[in-house]
Amino acid sequence: MRTSSRRSRRLVALAAVTTLATGLLTACSSDDDGSGGSDGKITLNVGTFGVLGLKQAGLYEEYEKAHPNIKIKENVIERNDLYYPKLLTQLQSGAGVNDVAAIEVSNITEVVQTQAAKFEDLSKAKGVSKDTYLDWKWAQATTEDGKTVGLGVDIGPTALCYRKDLLKKAGLPTDREELAKAWAGDWDKYVALGEKYMKKAPKGTKFVDSASSVYNSVFAGATERYYDKSGKEIYEESQGRKDAWDTAMKVAQGDMSAKLKQFDPTWDSGFANAKFATVSCPAWMAGYIQEKTGPSGKGQWDMAKAPTAGNWGGTFLGVPSAGKHKKEATELAVWLTQPEQLAKVFAKQASFPSTPSVYDKLKPSAATSAYFNNAPITELFAGIAKDIPSAIYGIKDAQIGQSITDIGVLQVEQQGKTPEEGWEAAQEEIKDVLGQ
Amino acid sequence: MSETAEYAETASPGAGDAAPAASKSRKAATPSWRSRLYRWDIKASPYLFVAPFFVFFGAFGLFPLLYTGWASLHRLELTNLDGGTWLGLENYRNLLGSDYFWNALGNTFTIGVISTVPQLAIALGIAHLLNYKLRGSTLWRVAMLTPYATSVASATLVFTLLYSWDGGMVNWLIGQVGVDPINWRESTWGSQFAVSSIVIWRWTGYNALIYLAAMQAVPHDLYESAALDGASRWQQFRHVTVPMLRPTILFTVVVSTIGATQLFGEPLLFGGTSGSKGGAAHQFQTLGLYLYDQGWINGHLGRASAVAWLMLAILLLIAAVNLLIARRLRRDR
Repeated sequence: MRTSSRRSRRLVALAAVTTLATGLLTACSSDDDGSGGSDGKITLNVGTFGVLGLKQAGLYEEYEKAHPNIKIKENVIERNDLYYPKLLTQLQSGAGVNDVAAIEVSNITEVVQTQAAKFEDLSKAKGVSKDTYLDWKWAQATTEDGKTVGLGVDIGPTALCYRKDLLKKAGLPTDREELAKAWAGDWDKYVALGEKYMKKAPKGTKFVDSASSVYNSVFAGATERYYDKSGKEIYEESQGRKDAWDTAMKVAQGDMSAKLKQFDPTWDSGFANAKFATVSCPAWMAGYIQEKTGPSGKGQWDMAKAPTAGNWGGTFLGVPSAGKHKKEATELAVWLTQPEQLAKVFAKQASFPSTPSVYDKLKPSAATSAYFNNAPITELFAGIAKDIPSAIYGIKDAQIGQSITDIGVLQVEQQGKTPEEGWEAAQEEIKDVLGQ
Repeated sequence: MSETAEYAETASPGAGDAAPAASKSRKAATPSWRSRLYRWDIKASPYLFVAPFFVFFGAFGLFPLLYTGWASLHRLELTNLDGGTWLGLENYRNLLGSDYFWNALGNTFTIGVISTVPQLAIALGIAHLLNYKLRGSTLWRVAMLTPYATSVASATLVFTLLYSWDGGMVNWLIGQVGVDPINWRESTWGSQFAVSSIVIWRWTGYNALIYLAAMQAVPHDLYESAALDGASRWQQFRHVTVPMLRPTILFTVVVSTIGATQLFGEPLLFGGTSGSKGGAAHQFQTLGLYLYDQGWINGHLGRASAVAWLMLAILLLIAAVNLLIARRLRRDR
């Protein structure tokens, strides 16, 4: 009796181990992303970075209501520099991809040139018309042979946001028209105003948040960026890059920057504690400012046209071919990027649509308007959007830009290096980034 | 030993009186299905029991090791994992000629030293204090382990705010005694000190508990006789505790050194946005960060793999040095 019980116990153990081992092995290979759940619903995963505004504007709920068989799940990664490598990894392995994936504009060229085969062609999707989107936005996400890997969500027409209370205390004008006129067309005038500000600056405040922010706004208006038409890097002699760098250097060396690193927690608290008077303000930044400054900033923030019109940032939605529900995902991506939907995102988040047909009808929410002292948000951004110069994006734009701001500018701004040393360091970093 | 005999032998102890009869009847027939299964069980199941480890090691240890080895010899980009072109030792040559690599290696070393040495010294001291008869000793011991139990992310976030150059608590404190604010993140020594303080905070208690466990194994009569000889507490610590703890100390040194070589999370999060650069002048970029920056930010997986293999080589070197020292210590005893 005892033998058999011992033997059976051993067999049970053996079976347990076997099932455990096979269970673990299959656990590795099975891609359980909750799709096709027990209730017969299809779950569509949307991968985004930062605050895209689609969820905030209630678009997912609306879509789910209209399509009872669909459930939408948004997977957010806070920063694009962490989101993008993950997107690439998923595309390469074909596993764990989101059904719909957001792509940042500084990565779009690399995606178009190296990953197009891994995306669905959205130009031929039902309900998509090229004319809906801004020409240059459409072109950015389209390969030479006409395959469109992403549909435009928002663009980043760039204004300047400023705190009225601080400018007033420093004895500067606070009227948006007056300010825009004071620095129109020339970033040096903006810097000159900063010098004035610093003479009577309210205690503990600076004119701008960071020299990098100034670099990014000036560069946003550049016609010549880091690459030329043939895809060759020209960051060394590029006029746009030089102008942006020189202005940033004036800001860094003029001690008019709060020396905060953008998108760091300390930058966030800089908003809350009113540490700086102006900040570069692409449309998508409006939501960020409201969130980080909080109720204390209501009515204190205002926005004015920047010296030059530019575009900083913006997003596309693509459908990876490795997704399980390509058809449904394509439908969702198309629906989300229709003008009516993007207008709703603007109302909630002030992210500016890439679909010109709605520009006359856009309305920011009452709260956003009140927050920015009833600035004519729509007219302002629409006006800038019209003047955005067409620019060539390259495959490593994001990494080159980051090398310049986070290495070069920061060395001058925070480590007291000379502009020459800073630029030298940035160049060396870029060479490393490009693998030269 | 014959097959049937083996079966009979293993079966008999439990089978009691019925066993001889049963085995006799089976002896006549050829080995039955049951007995064959049983033999198979005895021979194979041990392998099956240890298999999970080896399966996992193969999948998550050996395969990545070999794959990174292959990758390190190719130009392999994150944007195109299928088409690596053969480079030979080019990646290694590039790395050895790169300032960033040597800078990262140097940083790893200095941060390693200024975090490991104080950490182990403090841990030893704390363990010594905890070894006294204390009221609520369990409470103290648990409290020692709490920093270790907090996540790297939350600990680093708090420290980043403490060290923030504008309005951080550390600068406020040193301001009270008239020291100018230090830009903790962007100065070389400031940032390295800040990063090691996070490491020290997290790991000191853990090491202290290891030391405490070892201390409690030291025979009590040693202390008694030392006390009889008139040794003070400090002398007891130096001449009894530390020599008795030598193997334990060596163990913690090895473990901490490996940890320091792989230092990654603390500097990455301390750096904030673009934290993988380790500061504007790479002043606290460790080897781990450099690897991450090469592989996942710049997308050069081949080069990142070469960094990984060089790190492995460095760790093996450290292990060899440790072994030599350990042997020397043993001989001295």
